[in-house]
Amino acid sequence: MMNDPTSPKRDAAETVNADGLLIEVRDVRKHYDAVHALGGVDFHLKPGEVVGLVGHNGAGKSTLMNVLAGTIERSSGSFRLGGREIGAWSAASAQQAGLRCIFQELSLCANLTSAENTRIVHRSLRGLGWRRRARQVIGPVLDEIFPGHGIDLDRKVADLPIGERQMVEIARAFTQTSIKLRAVILDEPTSALGHEATEQLLAHIRRAAGRGIACILITHRLNEILAVCDRTVVMVDGKVVAERPTAGLSRAALVELMGSIERPRERTAGKVASVQAPVIRHAGRDTTDLTIDVGKGEVIGFAGLDGHGQRERLRAMFYASRRQREALPGAYVAGDRGSEGVFSLWSIADNLTIRSLNALTRGGMISGAAARKLAETWSNRLNVKAPSIDTPILSLSGGNQQKVLFARALSSDAEVIFLDDPMRGVDVGTKQEVYRLIRAEAENGRAFVWYTTELEELTNCERIYVFREGRAVTRLEGEAIETGRILQASFGGDHV
Amino acid sequence: MTRRLSLAPWTYGFIVALAMWVVTSAYSGIDSAGATLSGALAFGAFSVVVGTGQMFVVASGPGNIDLSVPSVLTLAAYVSITVMQGSDGMLLPGLLAALAVGAVAGAANFLAIVALRLPPIIATLAWSFVFQSLAFNLGGQATLKPPAGLSRFTLMNLGGVQFMPIAVMVLTLVAMVVLKRTVWGRQLLATGQSEPAARLAGINVARVRLIAYMLCGTAAALAGFLLAGFSGGAALNMGDAYLMESIAVVVLGGTSVAGGQANAVGIWGAALFFNLMSTMLNTFGIQAGVRFLLTGVLIILIVALVPRPRVR
Repeated sequence: MMNDPTSPKRDAAETVNADGLLIEVRDVRKHYDAVHALGGVDFHLKPGEVVGLVGHNGAGKSTLMNVLAGTIERSSGSFRLGGREIGAWSAASAQQAGLRCIFQELSLCANLTSAENTRIVHRSLRGLGWRRRARQVIGPVLDEIFPGHGIDLDRKVADLPIGERQMVEIARAFTQTSIKLRAVILDEPTSALGHEATEQLLAHIRRAAGRGIACILITHRLNEILAVCDRTVVMVDGKVVAERPTAGLSRAALVELMGSIERPRERTAGKVASVQAPVIRHAGRDTTDLTIDVGKGEVIGFAGLDGHGQRERLRAMFYASRRQREALPGAYVAGDRGSEGVFSLWSIADNLTIRSLNALTRGGMISGAAARKLAETWSNRLNVKAPSIDTPILSLSGGNQQKVLFARALSSDAEVIFLDDPMRGVDVGTKQEVYRLIRAEAENGRAFVWYTTELEELTNCERIYVFREGRAVTRLEGEAIETGRILQASFGGDHV
Repeated sequence: MTRRLSLAPWTYGFIVALAMWVVTSAYSGIDSAGATLSGALAFGAFSVVVGTGQMFVVASGPGNIDLSVPSVLTLAAYVSITVMQGSDGMLLPGLLAALAVGAVAGAANFLAIVALRLPPIIATLAWSFVFQSLAFNLGGQATLKPPAGLSRFTLMNLGGVQFMPIAVMVLTLVAMVVLKRTVWGRQLLATGQSEPAARLAGINVARVRLIAYMLCGTAAALAGFLLAGFSGGAALNMGDAYLMESIAVVVLGGTSVAGGQANAVGIWGAALFFNLMSTMLNTFGIQAGVRFLLTGVLIILIVALVPRPRVR
């Protein structure tokens, strides 16, 4: 309960405003430097309403939800909760207002039991015997949502299988003690659940809605949206592009809504390369997993929703290329710069040359002059904005760090370059420069295997493989590469 | 690397060592200054040899440390003296035997870490018991005598300048060049900063670390070989002092325990600091118990006061 004696409307959060809206945001924006994660979003939620939120990775769904849950601060825009204007917002105040969020990354403390985790969100469970009372809070909710779940509430969360952890996380969000529960945000709640548990959760969402608890459901499984939501909101590129009552909406129509907004683009790769002996032929795990062929000078794309096995396949191909009898020089450009890309103690020059040291060795020693020349040349060619090549890499912006990582790969002897979604959070200008470079290098005979979560980047590819549930399931070539087909293959299932 | 105007962390060891030398010489008379310094250089040289090996291991990534240094040192000394049998003609085979013991011990350490997935601190500690008991079986409690030639070599003077510290300084220079200008040196520092990034940059991380542990074992073995000559024989407790010291000189010398950053010169500063401090406290007639206390306090003070690069 908000306890603010100066406010005449002490129980403002109890009521809804004149339009009957629980949550209403207008023109909410969020940007990180030049990157716009949310570009002016309007969104509302009525009490007891179930809203589905769909869109490709990076469309801004999670950012919007984090803004509502107080875990990300919005850059601008208005936010009304129960008719009351909200200024600064935090996770704690969202909790106080009865707004709960089930995050994509599980937010339970792994070293505590389910009951102890319940205590964390309920301050009122204090004093002697709080553990027993916490069990009594979470237990019945778990039983209600997932009958027959068989979870031991006194086991450490770390010891529970992922599916059970997800159930505890969900049930915890639906528990209620002193604060009235108003809305629950579910961000990809079903990805770790089995079929039965998913059905049970969807049924519970409807039940909760009947009790006046509003839900926002984010999921890539469109049939779940169609099954439980009253209304569906489609996001593309940080904006809401469509809003429809779910009744009467079809799967095909939804996929179209997600893709249709993409501007039709001039194909940049276009030509389907004449078939030649591939330099890499990487077999899939089984018959449903396609073999991936990479020819000299080709740009191959990996598409699909994030986390469907593209990165694993890319790494497997990278390591396999090094183990071949005639080792094929390969280079890998990591997307997760911080932990897999940069060497944080080093300068631009040191970071850039690490992949090429053998080529820079003269008589057993690395030639300092040759190394500087290589670093100088490539940092100029990629237009790295820094005072000198001796500048520490961490003092560069993310985009410039990424350019150094590109330069590391391009300046090496690599014949195949693996790109692991390297353009995440990089500004548009840098992207265009790098695309140009990739095309130029491909014309010189280098091959690229490019995993990207940004659909438009796939227009740079001659051939793409769409991944779903750990396998390369669809292969598209040349003119067949278009957003609609990619989305169709990513979301899988029925043909339109 | 950018040059900074403020003093680099590794210079603090030299500065404190210099201060202690001045204080000791002032206390016990200016005549003793030369002897104090040459004593510190001679003993410091052994700390530098083991410290340089330990530096490679520590720099290879967070958690990497070799606790088997004292027992490898002892075992190598026993093996080499057994091989030499007091004969000057067997000096070279003795040295090679010692180095081989060190390299094999280092490889054994690394295999236990990788194959059994043990934390380095446990793997090297466990092996150190094995090495120690091998040394015990080889020589028992008795002190084995080195050939006269080895003793002469370790105490050799060239025009009033001791030879061995100079040779170890050359070793330090070699270590610097290895870190800065060889492929393995660069790959070691890359691996130490970020193992996943190193792997994706095409570095064979396991091979890089294997070499680091083997070099560490070899350095400890070399120190054991020389120490056997210097101190007149191999004894079971000859390595004891070097467990803490090999780690302390590395850390005080400016090598980051978080990995990825190594400083070979700084080890000299730290080694001189340690030896001059014990000389100073001895000169003051301070009891051993108090001496250890002061040593500990000084180490903490220096590490706390030295400005550290901020880790993001």
